Amino acid sequence: MSRWGVIRLLVLLVVLLVPLRVSAQVNLSGDWSPRQHEDQPDRGPGPELGDYTGMPITDGARLYGDSWDASRLTIPEHQCKVHGSPYIYRGPLQVRIWEEKNLRTQEVVAIKHYISTYEQSRTIWMDGRPHPPEFAPHTWQGFSTGRWSGDILTVTTTHIKSEWFRRNGIPYSDRTTLIEHYIRHGDVMSHVTIATDPVNLTEPYIKSQEFVINPRPQGNWLWPCEYVEEVDRSKDEVPHYLPGQNSFVFEFAARHGIPVEATRGGAETMYPEYMKRLRTLATRDGAAK
Amino acid sequence: MSLSLKLQDCRIAGLQKGRERLPEGSIRTFCLALSAILQFCIPAISAQGPIPDIRTLHVQGNVHILVGAGGNVAVQIGDEGVLVVDPGLASTSDKVLAAIRQLSDKPIRWIVNTHMHPDHTGANEAVSKAGSTVSGQPAAIVAHEGVLTRMTEANIPSAGRPLNTYYGETKDFFFNGESIVLYHDPAAHTDGDSIVFFRRSDVLVAGDIYVTTTYPVIDLKNGGGVQGVINGLNRILALAVPEHQQEGGTYVIAGHGRVSDEADVLEYRDMVVIVRDRIRDMIKKGMTLEQVKAAKPSLDYDRQYGAESGLWTTAMFIEAVFRDLSAKK
Repeated sequence: MSRWGVIRLLVLLVVLLVPLRVSAQVNLSGDWSPRQHEDQPDRGPGPELGDYTGMPITDGARLYGDSWDASRLTIPEHQCKVHGSPYIYRGPLQVRIWEEKNLRTQEVVAIKHYISTYEQSRTIWMDGRPHPPEFAPHTWQGFSTGRWSGDILTVTTTHIKSEWFRRNGIPYSDRTTLIEHYIRHGDVMSHVTIATDPVNLTEPYIKSQEFVINPRPQGNWLWPCEYVEEVDRSKDEVPHYLPGQNSFVFEFAARHGIPVEATRGGAETMYPEYMKRLRTLATRDGAAK
Repeated sequence: MSLSLKLQDCRIAGLQKGRERLPEGSIRTFCLALSAILQFCIPAISAQGPIPDIRTLHVQGNVHILVGAGGNVAVQIGDEGVLVVDPGLASTSDKVLAAIRQLSDKPIRWIVNTHMHPDHTGANEAVSKAGSTVSGQPAAIVAHEGVLTRMTEANIPSAGRPLNTYYGETKDFFFNGESIVLYHDPAAHTDGDSIVFFRRSDVLVAGDIYVTTTYPVIDLKNGGGVQGVINGLNRILALAVPEHQQEGGTYVIAGHGRVSDEADVLEYRDMVVIVRDRIRDMIKKGMTLEQVKAAKPSLDYDRQYGAESGLWTTAMFIEAVFRDLSAKK
């Protein structure tokens, strides 16, 4: 075979193999429903006030949580706020996933999510585009780019609006970066999130959720929201507890017999070694009683 | 659309310059490769802006933001010309003008100042002289009269001062097909603040009443106050209308930092109110300034907005709120 013949054969192989590689990726498309047995108390009824267990939070985040008053959600501008990408997959939701392809090349340009809760849409760009400049607007779901590592879709999200890691007031800031891993096993999909937030976390905060494909996606996919005046109050009044005045945050420890210190969060409470400390605290608190 | 246009442009170039030497297939291959490169390059160029130091972003409607000139610069463009809100530092005026010229070749007709600080007004004179009113004068500079008073006290040359002032709560005019309304909130960041509302574009320019990078700078010496900042933030909340689920709709250009919407301003307003309430409570308890600082009344926001050093530290913010509230006790 001539030199040009070899080159032509190589080019032909590349042309044939590239689409094979692309089409070999796992397809996440479908309507998915969550299985909420994992962390159910946190995700269903919601966390109790003052339960910061296992969260690598800063002292500032703890104060934010202690100051949190759910009445803040009665302020008209707060009423239609939604859960952002670091939290929204924890709640009751249905998520529809599909691929947007370039019709000419059949390459995946983006993977789209439509989330029933709060009618939220996400675009995960797969075409290698850069993230926007830091002064661009932020959104609830942020700006996402994805790449495949084998059969794992890894998504990086920036430009997220501030909201909460837990519904009892522990916040994440607009400087949060979210890394997600989507792993499909047949009709089950694991979703792992790793959040870093230089404002509220001292270490990454890792969570996981499971979804099951739903061949009969019935139910409500809409979430209309219109605010109303719930409380007649001054425009510069924001419900919150002054430092040291929120006694409710200690009820969780008392109700479950957990040392207060252990409920206050912090990176050390995430690790198995903390069990030793917990036993010491339990002994100390028991002796004090 | 953009792909086909580039291909067409490329084909024309190829036909004109190289048709005799290159076969049609090669031209097509070259065009596709160039097109692919352009597809990657153009978003990056757009995000970076025309000049390395000044980056631009189209916000919405007729309004763009220029970043890198001290305070954020807002530019409204249209058939009638260019309007600049806060042209920035004197030292970056050439770069701001060059960036504006990348957006429009129409004359700069108006400059609006949201307040008197030089990171927002330093380039007034240069940008004004680079533009012209319809009668051939340097572009008119508009601001609340408090800005003129303060800049006159500071001996700023008259060509850099706003001589087109208002002293009531609002001033409005029509330019480039939309209503432009200036709202004055007394004793906020300073005593001469204006919030600028481009009504058709649905963009608010907040000046330093709203920033995303630091705690609000309360310039007590120039008539500022914490309640005025809260009132200004509440005005933004009253004017802004989100598009869907508290997102989008009206966009807000901060004095410093990122482009925002109502939900972002809401979080900032809540922060200022909460910190004010805590310091007010400490003052009621008879705590001294040093005791208040030691109690860290802004701890939950310090890693977001605070600073240990620089032009506006956490300690300076707490002291400003403390002194303002103590004076009004």
